Amino acid sequence: MSIKNRAKSFLYLFLFLVLIWLCLTSTFNRQELFSGIFISLVLALFFNESYLRLGLPPLTLKRFAFFIVYVIVLLKEIIKANFDVAYRIIHPKMPIKPGIVLIKTELKSDIAKMILANSITLTPGTFTLDILRDKILVHWINVKTEDIDEATKIIGERFERYLRVIFARNLH
Amino acid sequence: MHLFGVIITGIGTIFLFLGNLGILRLPDVYNRVQAGTKCTTLGAFLTIIGVGIMQPAWFWKALLIAVFILVTNPIPSHAIARASRKSGVPLCDRSVVDKTREFEEYEEKG
Repeated sequence: MSIKNRAKSFLYLFLFLVLIWLCLTSTFNRQELFSGIFISLVLALFFNESYLRLGLPPLTLKRFAFFIVYVIVLLKEIIKANFDVAYRIIHPKMPIKPGIVLIKTELKSDIAKMILANSITLTPGTFTLDILRDKILVHWINVKTEDIDEATKIIGERFERYLRVIFARNLH
Repeated sequence: MHLFGVIITGIGTIFLFLGNLGILRLPDVYNRVQAGTKCTTLGAFLTIIGVGIMQPAWFWKALLIAVFILVTNPIPSHAIARASRKSGVPLCDRSVVDKTREFEEYEEKG
């Protein structure tokens, strides 16, 4: 592992920790600020290796923009699907059609697959049961299709098209 | 502003209530996990954000807590569901499809 990578991961982790500290204390008081920066420095020194092991791709402007869009899409889907599940629960007849389906993914890195699986779980109505290489086992409260390709299109594609860009190997 | 916060918290509480109602009403473990963790996601999120809006001094703190809930919430529900699948908890009889067998074959094929 190169020195440059280490320095970069150290810097990212440090900035991230300082941001969390600022959120928690929500003050720019000099004492608070300095103790926060000191603690972040120590933590970043000790933990930059485990941050590096996550295998996050290098930060670029395009990746960051896509990440913001991705978060907005995710929030929109969460709200939409929450109303859907809430409706199914209060309806006297409970119009559910539960089942377990398989979907495919084209993502390669572990962290990308983890984010995809967690996004599927966060959207109500679907959650990830298991994941193996390029197949994800998903429980669906209202099965619309049993076909693997169509299910992939409905469940996974709305998140995956952003994640594919974010976690692309070489981005120009 | 205070009223707006109260409304947001109120909506969140309704979602929390619906989540609990879902645990009582839905038929099997998997569907209950759906209700128990999903409605709670938005419920807890809105409740905490609402508190942050009511007390602007706490807003960033509340936002941070909400983000942590959003990031960590899928993990327990996934763990519960996976454990029940591994220990062979059956699906309810209203289920329409079960591809578990296919997945296991794929697993054995290596």
